[in-house]
Amino acid sequence: MRTMLFSLVSTLAVAAALPAFAADKLTIYTYESFTSEWGPGPQVKKAFEAECGCEVDFVSVADGVALLNRVKLEGKSTKADIVLGLDTNLTAEAKETGLFAPSGVDLTNVKVPGGWSDDTFVPFDYGYFAVIYNTETLKNPPKSLKELVDGDANEKIAIQDPRTSTPGLGLLLWVKSVYGDKAPEAWAKLKNRVLTVTPGWSESYGLFTKGEAPMVLSYTTSPAYHMVAEKTDKYQAAPFEEGHYLQVEVAGITTTGAENPLAKKFMEFMVSPGFQDTIPETNWMFPAGKTEKPLDPAFDRLVKPAKTLAISAEDITANRKAWVEEWLGVMSK
Amino acid sequence: MSPQATEGGAGGSAGLDPKSSTAASPPPPAFGRTLPSRGREARDSRITAGVIALGAIAILIGGAFVGLILEGVNDLSGAIAAFDGYLFRVARFTLWQAALSTLFSVVPALFVARALSRHPHFPGRGLILRLFAVPLALPAIVAALGVLALYGRAGYLAGLLTKISGGDWPGIYGLSGILVAHVFFNLPLATRLFLEALNAVPTDQWRLASQLGMSARAGFRLIEWPALRASLPGVAGLVFMLCITSFTIVLTLGGGPRASTLEVAIYQSLRFDFDPARAVALTLLQILLTLAVVAVLMRLGANVTGDANLSVAPRRYISSGRGETALDAALIALGLAFVAGPMLATVLSGLESDLMRLAGEATVQSAAATSLILACLAALLCVMLTLALAMARRALQLQRKAAGEKSFLEHMTDTGAGFVLVVPPIVIGAGWFVLLRHAGNVFALAPVMVVTVNAVMAMPFALRAVRPAYDAASERHERLCAQLGIRGWSRLRLIEWPVLRRPLSTAFAFAMALSLGDLGVIALFGSDSVQTLPYLLLARMGAYRTADAAGLALLLGLICLALMALADRLGKDTAQ
Repeated sequence: MRTMLFSLVSTLAVAAALPAFAADKLTIYTYESFTSEWGPGPQVKKAFEAECGCEVDFVSVADGVALLNRVKLEGKSTKADIVLGLDTNLTAEAKETGLFAPSGVDLTNVKVPGGWSDDTFVPFDYGYFAVIYNTETLKNPPKSLKELVDGDANEKIAIQDPRTSTPGLGLLLWVKSVYGDKAPEAWAKLKNRVLTVTPGWSESYGLFTKGEAPMVLSYTTSPAYHMVAEKTDKYQAAPFEEGHYLQVEVAGITTTGAENPLAKKFMEFMVSPGFQDTIPETNWMFPAGKTEKPLDPAFDRLVKPAKTLAISAEDITANRKAWVEEWLGVMSK
Repeated sequence: MSPQATEGGAGGSAGLDPKSSTAASPPPPAFGRTLPSRGREARDSRITAGVIALGAIAILIGGAFVGLILEGVNDLSGAIAAFDGYLFRVARFTLWQAALSTLFSVVPALFVARALSRHPHFPGRGLILRLFAVPLALPAIVAALGVLALYGRAGYLAGLLTKISGGDWPGIYGLSGILVAHVFFNLPLATRLFLEALNAVPTDQWRLASQLGMSARAGFRLIEWPALRASLPGVAGLVFMLCITSFTIVLTLGGGPRASTLEVAIYQSLRFDFDPARAVALTLLQILLTLAVVAVLMRLGANVTGDANLSVAPRRYISSGRGETALDAALIALGLAFVAGPMLATVLSGLESDLMRLAGEATVQSAAATSLILACLAALLCVMLTLALAMARRALQLQRKAAGEKSFLEHMTDTGAGFVLVVPPIVIGAGWFVLLRHAGNVFALAPVMVVTVNAVMAMPFALRAVRPAYDAASERHERLCAQLGIRGWSRLRLIEWPVLRRPLSTAFAFAMALSLGDLGVIALFGSDSVQTLPYLLLARMGAYRTADAAGLALLLGLICLALMALADRLGKDTAQ
């Protein structure tokens, strides 16, 4: 009887100790296109697992804004050690939740337009939002945001929902930075050109490449994918006179991850060439750090924004909810 | 299509109430006296089981309301502020699309039903009617995909539609897509119900009409229209109710905030915005709306069984002219094409996909396994709860013979399960979602939520299969059991199981099919780690991996149809 009791107790003790072994696991919340088989996820996982001798577990949600919502919803009890895929439009709000810890990462190798000094979030890539169009079905692409808004309503565009998607939010801010208080009127016109509003970037881009829409909101870097991987110039970015809105994608360590030494290790890995080398040709964005091999020449043929647009993080934090509701109000009419 | 099916069950169980209670002939008065213990005994184990079942349902629904109320009180200003223009626009769209869907389903159904009723020997009539029963059994997401595969921008008819419309076919996202899908579901349903009404017209009337040499027009005015008009409000009300609580169709075919219903907005406010206060406001409005519709339905005395038994067409004395026959044939053909089109598209596009690769995919296999396990558990729970309610109701009824008045408990066992129909699954899910988020990882609770909500949602249906059988069995064996002192488990195992095996299997298959096709609860609680087939289907559809989605839809559709056919078969055999 006593041995039985002993074995029972020891089994329980082992069971209780299991979470300690689980510390050899790193849980990263990210967006869907990052973990898809053609995204950076699989390569990053392989490279980092080889380096750390641990297990990387990706959990994916539709897109960047949904990512923040998910973490907010889970609060302190979140399983995420790292949240990867927020952008600069969300960082201030993410910090306010108190769910993120300082990264402690050396930022000297980080290179993004406008420089970087945030102590919590670390950039891993950047890009400029752009309207991508199919040169075979759209002969006269819009040359400015104004032309996009005022153009032929029969030529449709697929966009993303700002409530879930960072490109969706990006377009909202882009329109805001060009139109200011007149943004609702602009959306009321643009609405007629919108084929559908998808929750994440991958849905709308899929819709576009399937030929369901001649235009899609994406990045200036998206055509590089088609040039490099598909050897076609069929899809191009439309340069806009007003300039293009900048997106810097970042990752941050959660308060849960602050307890896990692997989290910081991953963040350091993230700004190293091991990670950065995979970014240009899997996530199809500009790397935010040093790479070992140079970018494919196709990246030189991409649209270079005449002007970089950005709204300050404070303004966004103060107004995001109101602006999104304003958008929802117009779009639901 | 869970709301469709569950709603069908609502009327079913409600419709049975008077019948089953009158059918059970009162036992002789001596019965109570020969078994004095039974009369006085407050709780027979069957009643305890019923109380437990009712308690479980109450916890499920009550818990959801507690979650919603707590959240509302917690963030009162937020909940009040959520009653804004957006909310009312969504409510308006919800009503508008439901009204249009009802109009486009019910009016053509009148004509198709009339045409079918006038031509009992129309070639393939039986087959057509059986085909018209298929949408009831089809998960909504499968139908949505079928509609897209047919009318979508890249659908089979896109080329034709482009030519007809002159310009580029814009596809059917938005209101048009929602309407087409709703009509696909409800036109056949309404047709079957109208046909049932027409079949109920006494043959004498037709004979008389024929003897008097009534023209088709006069026959319509004097015989058919009165029959149709009588069932019109009920049928229209049912269709309206189904469209107002439609979730999957609007989610998949709506294509953005412009075409969003309250249910989809509830889902978005939790999964997109994470704005619980808004979810509470939306939920409140949704419940008020459904309550109002149910109240109107009850006043109209709607026959919402959706289970017309159409195998025997009465003899007809109609001689239709050639022109009329051609017109009717055209009407039937149009209706058939509309209903069969998306089904055919589902099958064709499903076969075009790489089924072998799909079947070999680990994600698909695990989603299929998850789906089957959860559906089995939901069905099992549903059958257990249903049996408990049926037993308790019967036991209470027997006890009452001495006492007289129906007790509150008996009322609850009688109609309690019907309450779940007023509360859409999304609402229950939303309530638990906001309640549980404080308790940690809500996504880990997905299996529990899927099983319990689907089990309870299928109960009104299951009751329809189980209760009459149980009452009949009890009628036959009650005294024998009492005399021999057989009770509890041994009674269930020895006496009831052999008789109830079939109806229980019917209920099981039905509940399983409903649960398999459900997208409402899993849409809220699903995540990478817990995926069911409909959830995976939605994800693939979202990622525009259309071929994969088509293959999965075919698979899911076939499983559900097979289960429904099995349920139907078992049910029919029991009835005989």
